[in-house]
Amino acid sequence: MSALRESLGFLTSRLRQVGIFVALILIVILFQVLTDGILLQPQNVTNLVVQNSYILILAIGMVMVIIAGHIDLSVGSIAGFIGAVAGVMIVHWGWAWWIAIPACLLVGALVGAWQGYWIAYVGIPAFIVTLAGMLIFRGLTLITLKNQQITPFPNELRALGGGFLPDISGGTSVLEWLTVILGVGGTAAILFQALKERRVRRKFNLENEPMAWFAVKNGFIAILMLIITFLLASYRGTPIVLIVLAVLVIVYSALMNNSIFGRHTYAIGGNLHAAELSGIKTKKVTFRLFVNMGVLAALAGLVFTARLNSAQPAGGTGFELDSIAAAFIGGAAVQGGIGTVAGAMIGGLIMGVLNNGMSILGLGTDYQQLIKGLVLLLAVGFDIFNKNRTGAGGGSSMGRRFKWKTTPPATEAAPAAKAEPVGVDAK
Amino acid sequence: MNVPILQMRGITKTFPGVKALQDVTLDVNRGEVHAICGENGAGKSTLMKVLSGVYAHNTFDGDILFENEPCEFSSITDSEKRGIVIIHQELALSPYLSIAENIYLGNELAKNGWVDWRKTNLEAAKLLARVGLSENPVTPIQHISVGKQQLVEIAKALSKEVKLLILDEPTAALNDEDSDHLLDLILHLKGQGVTSIIISHKLNEIRKVADAVTIIRDGKSIETLRLDQGQITQERIIRGMVGRDLESLYPDRTPNIGEEVLRIEDWTVQHPQDHSRMVVNNASLNVRRGEVVGLAGLMGAGRTELAMSVFGRTYGRAVSGKVYKYGQEINTSTVSDAIDHGIAYATEDRKHYGLNLIEDIKRNISMAALSKLAKRGWVDGNKETTVANHYRKSMNIKAPSVAAITGKLSGGNQQKVVLSKWMFSDPDVLILDEPTRGIDVGAKFEIYTIIAELAAAGKAVIVISSELPELLGICDRIYTLSAGHITGEVPIAEATQETLMHFMTKEKE
Repeated sequence: MSALRESLGFLTSRLRQVGIFVALILIVILFQVLTDGILLQPQNVTNLVVQNSYILILAIGMVMVIIAGHIDLSVGSIAGFIGAVAGVMIVHWGWAWWIAIPACLLVGALVGAWQGYWIAYVGIPAFIVTLAGMLIFRGLTLITLKNQQITPFPNELRALGGGFLPDISGGTSVLEWLTVILGVGGTAAILFQALKERRVRRKFNLENEPMAWFAVKNGFIAILMLIITFLLASYRGTPIVLIVLAVLVIVYSALMNNSIFGRHTYAIGGNLHAAELSGIKTKKVTFRLFVNMGVLAALAGLVFTARLNSAQPAGGTGFELDSIAAAFIGGAAVQGGIGTVAGAMIGGLIMGVLNNGMSILGLGTDYQQLIKGLVLLLAVGFDIFNKNRTGAGGGSSMGRRFKWKTTPPATEAAPAAKAEPVGVDAK
Repeated sequence: MNVPILQMRGITKTFPGVKALQDVTLDVNRGEVHAICGENGAGKSTLMKVLSGVYAHNTFDGDILFENEPCEFSSITDSEKRGIVIIHQELALSPYLSIAENIYLGNELAKNGWVDWRKTNLEAAKLLARVGLSENPVTPIQHISVGKQQLVEIAKALSKEVKLLILDEPTAALNDEDSDHLLDLILHLKGQGVTSIIISHKLNEIRKVADAVTIIRDGKSIETLRLDQGQITQERIIRGMVGRDLESLYPDRTPNIGEEVLRIEDWTVQHPQDHSRMVVNNASLNVRRGEVVGLAGLMGAGRTELAMSVFGRTYGRAVSGKVYKYGQEINTSTVSDAIDHGIAYATEDRKHYGLNLIEDIKRNISMAALSKLAKRGWVDGNKETTVANHYRKSMNIKAPSVAAITGKLSGGNQQKVVLSKWMFSDPDVLILDEPTRGIDVGAKFEIYTIIAELAAAGKAVIVISSELPELLGICDRIYTLSAGHITGEVPIAEATQETLMHFMTKEKE
């Protein structure tokens, strides 16, 4: 009984992380019922993965930018622009896909460097620079495409959007064995990693999740993974883009948690001044974050173009909003310093399931937008409410950020001049 | 003549864990200039916030009588209605609005919601004339000097028909000429019947304008000196300000002082906005192995500015001067350069400049030297936890584990995390800025012990502090700063609070 109470106490202390997870499951169940089981049909699950892959790729970069306390409104336009560039390179110039893809990613990096320069070194707020970027790269997309779509693309590139891993049974089996192997292997790896982490935490005397919660959580994740594996395997197997996405999630999660770069990103978003005074080269980190965002936006653009088999003038429109929403629904904090890649993925899936489920139900984009907007508002509202309730992090960080932004430059640049700050002689 | 306008009786204000004010009494007579003196952190500002309604009447104990009527203010608006206006040290002006708009901000001269600009500008011009300004009232505030902005604040107070004007450190940000002008204006207003309370610890100013001085020390009112009784003398004020019981304890240590580690020569720093102001002026100092050197000075003396400008130019502009380590000139123009040269600076404002409050203890400790825990850019998390656990034990950081969020720790434990962070960067020189600010007495002793251990381990330590007993208790040598100049260098054997206070209030000719 005490284990239960302990678990409950833990759950309320992590209401946010647990809540988002539960929300995803409830939404899935809701639409499974409303769509009479269409949502979780093998073909639809495959669709769900492929349809959302580019938003999820963008959400990885976006959550990193948001953790550092910035925002990027230009990713949709960049994705569209890179689609156009790929069209010109591959269709017009006849470049091979294995030259064109790295070249496109390089262009994405340059675009990111352009924006990163203005943000990090000139000091223009990211909101403005990327708002400008949204217009600039949409304009360049139209110029590159001369307002016409470019199509068709060779099969090798199209595989990035709609291709599947080869069926090793040669199409004789009901289940795709390669997918089963990957799915089961991946599940085992996740469980192994979770157990290892738990052991390390115990070794170093850090608080651990209660055993009951740990078992339920990981058991649940494992079952979910296996169900998805089964569903994918009984259709056409593993989409190539899912492999790309899985690699990105693993690499970027590790990067954010265990690399100097990732740590510095959290430090900058958590307290820019403290980061600077700790010798962190904040401008360099910011610059690199935007270069990275550019590369990921380019990748998303390639995947999107490959899926449509066409580079379109309006390609990528609105992606920025979906990826920003994914990051925030996934628990990233508006003022920076908080967020995870995994959270952004769950946030992206919530948006994806909503999109997909409502489309199946035949709801028009009017209602879809309305409902997605409300979900975003509720998710972040819940966050703020929860923070105020627990008083986490030493008061409202929202208010703190607001104060920074409105402090007149005279006092901001002279922290030392206020040797007797408000309430100091009181504390 | 001696008609009381304000009586504050038995004011006691408690913050979680701290008694900021204890049974404070303040009597101000109509038409006088009443100075309030005390060291940094003595409780002067808190007292004024109680008076002006920043702290609502039900959050403290005691009574306030203004013009013989009891006051129960819930906000600044309430006190302003009664004619009590406070001007904070940090001016509350909106830089892009005009002088006239600022004067009538929140109090607009309007008819049916529409601002009457003609009247606004005309009335503003009249008020400006009263404070001796000839500026056009439509000039944006940012285009006039800080000194004049201060006068605009007073004009704003006059527009509210002020009876009691409270000025919190009004001259702290002003040059001498502007200060003189401001003090003259206070005397001029006194002639017009405005009573003023001025918080200051510039003794020459107090002698110039004050009819009475109330001394606050450690949250208690010590005494009120009156000019007409010949009580306002420099010696008397200093004695009142510092004369606390030296009951706090400091760890014993036998200094073992070696060769010079760091020397700063001819250090000069301009104010980042006001280029005519030298915040640090031609300062030179040094610190040796195993030595604890104190930097004493009153608010605005330039201590923190000196430290931060040395530490990667994080303050000021047009920094000039040289830094030597072991006799070799070194470049400390970025924070990482300074850290690489073995310099660490623990800030006075740990919440805004020292810690990432939403992050846990271990990640804060590793923040300044993450590369020591990493191979090819990847951080070894286990090693990080081991290091953090080491400091948690050796520094006695009270937290459930090193995964606890620093924002939830007490001030003392937060300070230990900051110190751990810098100790982990393995510096030769540690500059500790107000290391015990906002920390309770028990934790202070622990911090002093840590400082003593650092010195014993051969580090050179510079401590900036506003608490003179603290400097006297832990330092081997103390420099005093006043208005950006080093005005004294006192070996601990010769140092007393009185001698230090003399140097600290000394004006460079």
